[in-house]
Amino acid sequence: MLYRENGQFKTTYAADQQIFTIAQDRWFVIGVVAFAALIVPMLADEYMFRAILIPFLILSLAALGVNLLVGFCGQITLGAGAFMAVGAYAAYNFLIRIDGMPLVAALLLGGLTSAGMGILFGIPSLRVRGLYLAVATLAAQFFCDWAFLRIKWFTNDSSSGSVSVSELSMFGWVIDSPAEKYLFCLGFIVLFALIAANLTRATIGRQWMAIRDMDVAAEVIGIRPMYSKLSAFAVSSFFVGVAGALWGFVHLGSWEPAAFSVDRSFQLLFMVIIGGMGSILGSFFGAAFIVILPIFLNQFLPAIGSLVGITISTAAVSHAELIIFGSLIVFFLIVEPHGLARLWAIAKEKLRLWPFPH
Amino acid sequence: MSRKIGDVILDLQNISLRFGGVKALTDISFNIREHEVRAIIGPNGAGKSSMLNVINGVYHPQDGKIFYRGVERKKMEPHMAASTGIARTFQNIALFKGMSVLDNIMTGRTLKMKSNMLLQALWLGPAQKEEIEHRRKVEEIIDFLEIQHIRKTPVGRLPYGLQKRVDLGRALAMEPQILLLDEPMAGMNVEEKQDMCRFILDVNDQFGTTIVLIEHDMGVVMDISDRVVVLDYGKKIGDGLPDEVRASPEVIKAYLGAGH
Repeated sequence: MLYRENGQFKTTYAADQQIFTIAQDRWFVIGVVAFAALIVPMLADEYMFRAILIPFLILSLAALGVNLLVGFCGQITLGAGAFMAVGAYAAYNFLIRIDGMPLVAALLLGGLTSAGMGILFGIPSLRVRGLYLAVATLAAQFFCDWAFLRIKWFTNDSSSGSVSVSELSMFGWVIDSPAEKYLFCLGFIVLFALIAANLTRATIGRQWMAIRDMDVAAEVIGIRPMYSKLSAFAVSSFFVGVAGALWGFVHLGSWEPAAFSVDRSFQLLFMVIIGGMGSILGSFFGAAFIVILPIFLNQFLPAIGSLVGITISTAAVSHAELIIFGSLIVFFLIVEPHGLARLWAIAKEKLRLWPFPH
Repeated sequence: MSRKIGDVILDLQNISLRFGGVKALTDISFNIREHEVRAIIGPNGAGKSSMLNVINGVYHPQDGKIFYRGVERKKMEPHMAASTGIARTFQNIALFKGMSVLDNIMTGRTLKMKSNMLLQALWLGPAQKEEIEHRRKVEEIIDFLEIQHIRKTPVGRLPYGLQKRVDLGRALAMEPQILLLDEPMAGMNVEEKQDMCRFILDVNDQFGTTIVLIEHDMGVVMDISDRVVVLDYGKKIGDGLPDEVRASPEVIKAYLGAGH
């Protein structure tokens, strides 16, 4: 009854082209962002920030980037981990090699470098598609794994191969406590989500979706496949690169190439598939599912076990965690192959009519 | 009729197209005049769709020349043909299934939208203004095709007849000089066919768009086209006014078999 769009008439095209055309949606999202920015820092403890909230936010950003490419433009990629690595190492090098480089500029330059790499490794998409493209993007993963391990210049000749960023500060604000790091990441996510929403409702987003849905027809309309596909690769890699830089700088602090292995690429792709391809909200759902669920299972399995009088060993918990997690993924994909975002959309559709059946 | 048929806008000379050993088109020449409705007919597999694919650059003929407004056309890709004002619809609807009717037709205006990606990312002034300006044009097309009630519906959910109409709308959004229609009335019932005929004639009449039409319904072809070209097994077997074509013994043979 609360969720009705009755009486919300739009009298201009601008009003009809907003990101959220229904007022309740708009206020809901504003409310969520305000809650995340104002209330959460007061409630959460350090463990929450470090283990859950910060990884969730950063991986949401990476998943959003992957979703722009896979979900909106229909180009499958298995190289997301590599682009995170490029973002992280490029931002690191910009920061240490150029005196007085501001933190935000380094992060964004890391993203831009990653965008350049994205264009380079996106070139095969002009000739191959589907699984073959996935294999081609896998090349990016192995190339970057190799490059950051073997070429010492990237890691500033550190003997162990691991690099670290000591102090984060922005305009005199030292980003030190977990809550500050969380807010810093939150700012990035909100801004980038807004950019993603803008891009997908503008002509470039329609071009991506046209290429995804029917590439021959898109070309006949006058869409240049090269421009559309490579721009999708560039924007996606930019998002993923910034996420990678945040992952290294803010979440890890010090890292080595293994932090951005092929596992990460798969994880990001799964987030997009589970969350919902072609949905900005879905990227957040997917990241939440993959980041939070294992931790949740890890914490609550022993508790449930003791309820029924069984003590579960730590090893058994971690095995059970994988089993339950895997079966939940299968379950969700069978129930709703279009991802959690579609479930959300169906729920809203039902809510519009509730309490009436039709 | 008030409209006036103009000069030759597209001239195809000795077009031959082969796929390996298969000859899809052999030495076909015909022309298209400005503002006319030009039909291409022929039995299944005659090469009609291949002909349209040659005109809008999807296929590249091995031999032959194409003159567009008197200038010889180089080998071109579909998006270049689109930028010279050639639009088309598809035989087995090729709409963007995941997008709404509105977005599908808006996509048709891609070539006319110039704002850069950075402005779009931030939804700044010029990008937003452009979006609204083109929305206005698209709404005109939606009004013209009488599909106001489904503008926000994903096209995948629409019935076949309406999808065909959206396909036409998307092509019209390009404001084409030449509109290629590949079986716009296939699989429609009589009322839907009448509607579609009306839209095609209105487009031709109001906007002066040149129309090249592939159609199997002979009644429709004879009624609405100015000139007809007949293909069979990749060869041209007839070209002229509808009545001439209908009376041609070669055409009758191709359609009804040699025994008649």
